[in-house]
Amino acid sequence: MPDALISLTAIDKIFASGIRALQSVSMSIAPGEFVSLLGPSGCGKSTVLRLVAGLDAPTAGRIEAPAWRDPAHALTAFVFQDATLLPWADVFDNVWLPLRLAGVSRQQAASRVEALLAQMGLTEFAHARPAALSGGMRMRVAIARARVADPEVLLMDEPFAALDEITRQRLNADLLAGWQAAPMAVMFVTHSVFEAAFLSQRVIVMGARPGRVVDTVTIDEPYPRSSAFRTSPKYADICRHLSSALEAAMAGSAA
Amino acid sequence: MSCRAFDRMLPGAALIGFMIGWEVLVRLAQIPHYTLPAPSLIAQTLWTHAGSLAGSWWFTLKVTFSALILAMAGGVLLASVFALWRPLERAFFPLAVMLQVTPVVAVAPLILIYVDSTTVALLLCTWVAAFFPILSNTLIGLRATDAGHRDLFHLYRATPWQRLRLLLVPTALPYFVAGLKISGGLSLIGAVTAEMVAGAAGRETGLASRILEASFRTETPKMFAALALLAFTGVAIFWLFDRLSRALLHHWH
Repeated sequence: MPDALISLTAIDKIFASGIRALQSVSMSIAPGEFVSLLGPSGCGKSTVLRLVAGLDAPTAGRIEAPAWRDPAHALTAFVFQDATLLPWADVFDNVWLPLRLAGVSRQQAASRVEALLAQMGLTEFAHARPAALSGGMRMRVAIARARVADPEVLLMDEPFAALDEITRQRLNADLLAGWQAAPMAVMFVTHSVFEAAFLSQRVIVMGARPGRVVDTVTIDEPYPRSSAFRTSPKYADICRHLSSALEAAMAGSAA
Repeated sequence: MSCRAFDRMLPGAALIGFMIGWEVLVRLAQIPHYTLPAPSLIAQTLWTHAGSLAGSWWFTLKVTFSALILAMAGGVLLASVFALWRPLERAFFPLAVMLQVTPVVAVAPLILIYVDSTTVALLLCTWVAAFFPILSNTLIGLRATDAGHRDLFHLYRATPWQRLRLLLVPTALPYFVAGLKISGGLSLIGAVTAEMVAGAAGRETGLASRILEASFRTETPKMFAALALLAFTGVAIFWLFDRLSRALLHHWH
């Protein structure tokens, strides 16, 4: 793909412990594309995100991504499995952090931060500390923080894995609404077939030991996707397809 | 009376009960005041010797807090240097441990030989007694940053200064304050111990010298009066740092 924003070519990653996390992984993501990485635990999904973010370097292969092209600017945002909020700072200051680190003052950042807090339904919690928030609320703050600096790439590492199903569906819907309002490339790691099917334009299925790409599934359902999509035959087909791809991947790794 | 009010008054009530029991015991058993003075006599002695005791108290307080401030500065500085460069920690941390585990009473006579000014010697002894908890706690605190937070600051291209101000200092603060609470008490103990060793030489002397003096003259009530002042000071120092710790950390820690 010549117009790819992110491209990984024949990536190998072997950890210092000798564990081979990734073997010959290649993929590319276009600007503004929403891609899920689906796979069993230990398939190296999170490692792919860390490589794209520049938090880790590959053992072999080539990476093209904003974090590698332009080390001076923070164009990549990361939502971790845990909200990783600063416990001593209130919600406003947590969301302000990426802009603050880029040298934007509180006054300059205020309107942007407040707009995002409003979008995420956090306005009344602006001055609450993370400890006073529920898990879902903390994740909302983490997403607001990730979006505040208008990144080109948003990396999400099983962000909703620890949340209950209802909270998870609401956050999925809010995430899509935010992505449509300000398109950025999203790489969303999940082990949930349903989440991947609902959110993405494309799902990259990975297998474990060693981590590798086993299948790529394109989902040509237009956005906005309502909850009606979750009950449509098409959705069921996609889920079935993804499930069997996942099963094949796991069977392959067991052999 | 509600359960909570009772709970609050319990320590005070116990103390008053203890004092009354003490007073009654001394009076009934007619214990001579040079063996065990009654609390009323100690209070009276505190009042009659207020002038000399206050001056000594002030001196002890000055030594305690000056040494504590130096311990804070030294502890934090050393912790920062150790945190920045591990070989330095490996080389010098054992030395700091040695300094810590050697009793001040044992080191004080040597320090008094090497240092001319008694005040400086006292400060040095007190510093030795007080700096270690701040050093070791702050060092742990500086190393306690969350891996996710470190990734975050790396991702957003934080400068070293931003990392220090917005990540390292807030992470280390609770550890530092915990160290400070220990060091506060230790510096008072250090100041008194060092002065005990130094003896009552010189005009500028603290409460330890008053206790020694009184003991030579068998002025037991005065010894108790000085002890009461020391106990009160120790409690006040603990209370002060407990308050400080709550003010700094209550909203998140």
